[in-house]
Amino acid sequence: MSNKRKELIVSAISNGTVIDHIPAGKVFQVIRILDLEISDKEIYFGTNLESKKYGRKGIIKISQKFFQPHETDKIALVAPTATLIEIKDFEVVRKNNVSIPERVEKIAKCFNPNCVTNKENVPTKFKVLQTEGQIKLSCHYCEKTTSQNNMVFF
Amino acid sequence: MKNRSLVSINDYSKEEILQILEIAAEFEKEPHQNLLNGRVIASLFFEPSTRTRLSFESAIQKIGGNVVGFSSAATSSVQKGESLKDTILTVSNYSDLIVMRHPVDGSSRYASEVSPVPIINAGDGANQHPTQCLLDLYSIKKTQGTLENLDVTFVGDLKYGRTVHSLVIALCQFNAKFHLVSPVELKLPSAVKRHIKEANLQYEQYTDFAEVIPKSDIIYMTRIQRERFPDPLEYEKVKNAFILENKMLENSKENCRILHPLPRVNEISIDVDDNPKAYYFEQALNGVYVRQALIASILGLK
Repeated sequence: MSNKRKELIVSAISNGTVIDHIPAGKVFQVIRILDLEISDKEIYFGTNLESKKYGRKGIIKISQKFFQPHETDKIALVAPTATLIEIKDFEVVRKNNVSIPERVEKIAKCFNPNCVTNKENVPTKFKVLQTEGQIKLSCHYCEKTTSQNNMVFF
Repeated sequence: MKNRSLVSINDYSKEEILQILEIAAEFEKEPHQNLLNGRVIASLFFEPSTRTRLSFESAIQKIGGNVVGFSSAATSSVQKGESLKDTILTVSNYSDLIVMRHPVDGSSRYASEVSPVPIINAGDGANQHPTQCLLDLYSIKKTQGTLENLDVTFVGDLKYGRTVHSLVIALCQFNAKFHLVSPVELKLPSAVKRHIKEANLQYEQYTDFAEVIPKSDIIYMTRIQRERFPDPLEYEKVKNAFILENKMLENSKENCRILHPLPRVNEISIDVDDNPKAYYFEQALNGVYVRQALIASILGLK
């Protein structure tokens, strides 16, 4: 299948952001954490598409949307291989791989039900750990780790 | 360390830990000193812990300080629904330092961020208990003459025992060799082993207690709690495998000492108590000296 044909599968957008190279199976989670379910923008997505680099991948295209750092941090935690492509007038104006932040604040819940962030009105803070290819969040308060499977985003 | 909170043992560098232990040795020689001269220290025990609370309050009073506070949440404004932040901010108006024990993990770190006065963590849920760790280190140094290059054996519940976690992490700074004896269900968590690996140190895991005794400089015993086992049969199977009896110490090293954070139930048989290698009651006394040293250092008086 040629690249040209793939473009037809997921329509092009004139202005907005393409999130490419999402691990297959993570597309719906990315949609959820970015609140795209309730967005009024034009959105196209595809999953289990062929990818030279990753075998299978997902892609999301959102019109009129350019992401803020707290949103790209979330994308990086769920889809560390993702590429963000900003489009203006059908032209690529910026293309970056998401980078995994060293620390994240107020974007995810601590998995430990007895953590102070789940008991009192305390915003969460984590150090991001990368061990054996896995991303984990180490809580600044209770010092417990939250693995990727258990991440719940605000 | 002046004006700095102690929440987690990792907050202090190796040098700072050693400095506290040196000051603690001075207090051991002269436990009564009027350093605090009437300063007020708050002792906030949101959950009861008589042993820790009495140790702190004894430490404070022996160096001339006064204590205000409460010994359970039932007698505090938590009952009325007050937030932890409001309690801490209020109490900080009345005190120069806050010692707090709280059932919620991370509560002490949070308190240290909102409090204008320093916080000493006297246990936050299942997370940290750094003064217990300091007194364990003091006990090891005092009985072995050093903290470096020791063979340290941990026995019992290594999964949930926070004193074990803190002490393992602290000993990673002193080139220890770790021997970990526990039922399979209660092995040391990988988050703690990560520290051992990062320090390039060795650990070995055993399910048989006897073979490791002759190698040990320190045997750190802990209690295996029945409620940790979903299946009572599993508990019955393992409960007697990790009991230390006096005859098992026959081939132990001359310098070997038995430590236990207490309370003990049956994991150290009472015939060990008269063995000169039993050190757990002295260990508890060392807690007072270490807490005196910590309070005096944080208040800038040592």
